[in-house]
Amino acid sequence: MAEKKSLAKEFSKGIIVENPVLRLVLGTCPTLATTTSVKSAVGMGLAASVVLICSNVVISALRKVIPSRVRIPAYIVVIASFVTLVQMVVKAFAPALDEMLGVYLPLIVVNCIILGRAEAFASKNAVLASAVDGLGMGVGFTAALFLMGAVREILGAGSFLGLSIPFLSANPMLIFILPPGGFFVFGILMATVNKLAEKKGKPKAELKGCKVCPMAASCTLHSCEDSQEKEKQEVSV
Amino acid sequence: MEMTKGLISIVLTAILTNNYILAKFLGICPFLGVSKKTNTAVGMSAAVIFVMAIATAVTYPINTLLVSKNLEYLQTIVFILVIAALVQLVEIILKKYIPALYSALGIYLPLITTNCAVLGVVLLNIDNGYNFAQSMFNSVGAGLGFMLAMVMFSGVRERMEANDIPKFMQGLPITLVAASLTSVSFLGFTGMVENIFG
Repeated sequence: MAEKKSLAKEFSKGIIVENPVLRLVLGTCPTLATTTSVKSAVGMGLAASVVLICSNVVISALRKVIPSRVRIPAYIVVIASFVTLVQMVVKAFAPALDEMLGVYLPLIVVNCIILGRAEAFASKNAVLASAVDGLGMGVGFTAALFLMGAVREILGAGSFLGLSIPFLSANPMLIFILPPGGFFVFGILMATVNKLAEKKGKPKAELKGCKVCPMAASCTLHSCEDSQEKEKQEVSV
Repeated sequence: MEMTKGLISIVLTAILTNNYILAKFLGICPFLGVSKKTNTAVGMSAAVIFVMAIATAVTYPINTLLVSKNLEYLQTIVFILVIAALVQLVEIILKKYIPALYSALGIYLPLITTNCAVLGVVLLNIDNGYNFAQSMFNSVGAGLGFMLAMVMFSGVRERMEANDIPKFMQGLPITLVAASLTSVSFLGFTGMVENIFG
């Protein structure tokens, strides 16, 4: 029973409390680039989720085999293999989606959510827990993208899932599906989430820089922490 | 003549109309993370230009090889590994032989391995069917555009520090809204390059 409860917790944390996009601020590139319509946003979310779940399972299963010194390259190979598989499947069965996502489909490889979960969760936990963690994070990512995509498509194109909405479709605010609209909607969503988090007494979302960077551990160069500390020292001086 | 014109147009498009950060959303993490101060923004973008140029120079022949063997589907895996190894190699070489450059760019190099702008430029060069010269010019242009956006935005952020911002907008939200306005200013370039060279 206790096990079930903890699995449910692993699943649900990714959706709200630790939502990868809106709380952990990871994977911002696809969030901004592919949310011009609900369809491409959800497509991106699903593709990334599949890669995330599969790579979490494989990395978790191999966690005792991969030497820790070469783990990052090993994770990248696993992730890149799954991205290639997803790319082939999408190209074969959903060519329209492939066209919409374009270069962002192969770029799932460098999505920090996936490498971040591999490093932070899958490398330390059992296979089932990692799969559930991947599923939860994937759902959270897709939900955040859906929200962004819905806002941008409704305001920017006056439609939802391609169906035009009366009144709005007559004079759509084109700027929302152009790049500036992406930044703007993301900023406002982030402010809303921060406001809600504050009400519940949770810390607001911030770019945690090196702490969540999956490369942090392999950063032999004191690039991350040292430069931050230096900056602090400079400020205090 | 025709060729130089084409190359100049590729560079200007990459810098202004198709800016990698503000129009294509590639490399948002360093854009939001490392743009607090102008000097770090310059250092980071110099490192990005450097890595983009080298990555393109190395992946172009590799891609030709992959295409000739009908292995295009391996592009993603091969490129990300080549770029990761390359960044490590560049780091070691710089550390040993050009310490001055290393101390300027070194700390930013590990951050670039998983930067989507670098992998993105390599993949887009192939998608666009560019030849070697065009690829190199596109990569350097993308890097310069990256630098322009970073430096401009770091100026915006430095001024923002002193302002009184509503509490719920502080931090990331106001940064994103400022990025949105910076991006609007780049929309003004739409069609300009095509008009000059078209």
